[in-house]
Amino acid sequence: MKYRSVFDIIGPVMVGPSSSHTAGAARIGLMAGKLFGRQPRLARITFYGSFADTYRGHGTDVAIVGGIMGFDTFDLRIPQALDIAKERGIDVVFETSDALTDHPNTARVHLEDADGTFEIVGISIGGGTIEITELNGFPLKLSGGGPALVVLHHDRFGAIAAVTGILAKHELNIGHMEVSRHEKGKQALMAIEIDEHLSKDVLAEIERLPQIERVAIFGE
Amino acid sequence: MFKSVEELVRSATERGVPISEIMIEQEVHVRRSTREDVFGMMERNLEVMEEAVERALQGVTSVTGLTGNDAVLMQDYVRSGKSLAGDLILDAVAKAIGTNEVNAAMGRICATPTAGSAGVVPGTLFAVKDRLEMDREAMVRYLFTSGAFGFVVANNASISGAAGGCQAEVGSATGMAAAAIVEAAGGTPEQSATAFAIALKNMLGLVCDPVAGLVEVPCVKRNAMGGANAVVAADMALAGITSRIPCDEVISAMHEIGQMMPTALKETARGGLANTPTARRLEKNIFGAKENVEK
Repeated sequence: MKYRSVFDIIGPVMVGPSSSHTAGAARIGLMAGKLFGRQPRLARITFYGSFADTYRGHGTDVAIVGGIMGFDTFDLRIPQALDIAKERGIDVVFETSDALTDHPNTARVHLEDADGTFEIVGISIGGGTIEITELNGFPLKLSGGGPALVVLHHDRFGAIAAVTGILAKHELNIGHMEVSRHEKGKQALMAIEIDEHLSKDVLAEIERLPQIERVAIFGE
Repeated sequence: MFKSVEELVRSATERGVPISEIMIEQEVHVRRSTREDVFGMMERNLEVMEEAVERALQGVTSVTGLTGNDAVLMQDYVRSGKSLAGDLILDAVAKAIGTNEVNAAMGRICATPTAGSAGVVPGTLFAVKDRLEMDREAMVRYLFTSGAFGFVVANNASISGAAGGCQAEVGSATGMAAAAIVEAAGGTPEQSATAFAIALKNMLGLVCDPVAGLVEVPCVKRNAMGGANAVVAADMALAGITSRIPCDEVISAMHEIGQMMPTALKETARGGLANTPTARRLEKNIFGAKENVEK
């Protein structure tokens, strides 16, 4: 079941005009910004499919940039997001691609500053609900069967046990889990699907672990 | 979690509760939250819908100028007493238009189930609430009932214009509203399912062909007709008329039609109304000639 909550159907509260092209895009941007964890100097956004065809008319461009700056779907500053980004010194570049993707509403968000780069690929599946299919080159295969916890961490012993230990302590059951890394000892990714709602306290507890870089949750 | 309308109707009927109750209980379970929290969250959505309608009835224009102020025209026409279709239907039409005009103007709305189709559910709700003497709780329940049907559509078919055409957006919204009106009017869960089936059947095949790729033309007027369609479908079900094709099979048919629909007619602005000479001219005026050549 891709949709689990009635508020995916009646909601989100958002700035128009399109839930898939505006609110969904804002959420993809929010996820990117949250995982990058700081204000980027450059945001390069590539639109595919229907996003590429209609992004200007749907405010997909302003929404995704607003999201990167932390604006939620209902933030009335979204229509002015490009001007605000300029004021904040963020260079924004839009590109379109006619490459075939698995979903018609696909965006790739590349963020960078002097300290590093970050990239996600998100799809907007309708009604403002999104899925992240790729994160820093790690493919993400989430079933959509439950909320998913995404954890970027250092590939060190004990990192996985520490995270799953916290989930166990809070009696949260793992439905599906993937761990991937590009290279031994470098950055790695845990994608953990859980059966229940995850509270902010649990999230904060995981984020405080020494091996953890960033944590985000989606599908809530 | 319920997966089909059949399951939804069966649970409600067996337990002798309205469909909204099944949806509320499921949400409480999924979120591990309290009933008060879940109810409160939906009430805030209702407030956003109310504000959007109020704003539209003062007059609102989109950034491009393609849409706006039709809700005011409709409201004034209803007040003139000259209308033919009936005040309640046209009130729903005015309020559905209004919500979608606010959406087109990048104002704040609540997606139901999407932003492009955000007018139908609140439009009908604010039109029927006085006639059906609905209190605040009944209004919030209206949204849970709409949501329960939308939930089945989203999980079994699609609520995205890019994936399934406008039938997946305004079509779904119309069915959702029809089902909710029936519950608010005291109909049975079975009659809600019938109203949904009748409403969606009459939206099947509806393409998503937005002029210049904007959520304006024909979206605003499709929300208007969705509102009218929902009220009529609800009345048909309440009159005892049934649907020969069960609700879940109508949803499957909608999904299949969406899969067969060419990409040009699924929110790409390549075909249909978006490809008429007037639409291309409007597009050129809005975005300039260069873009037009690229397409």
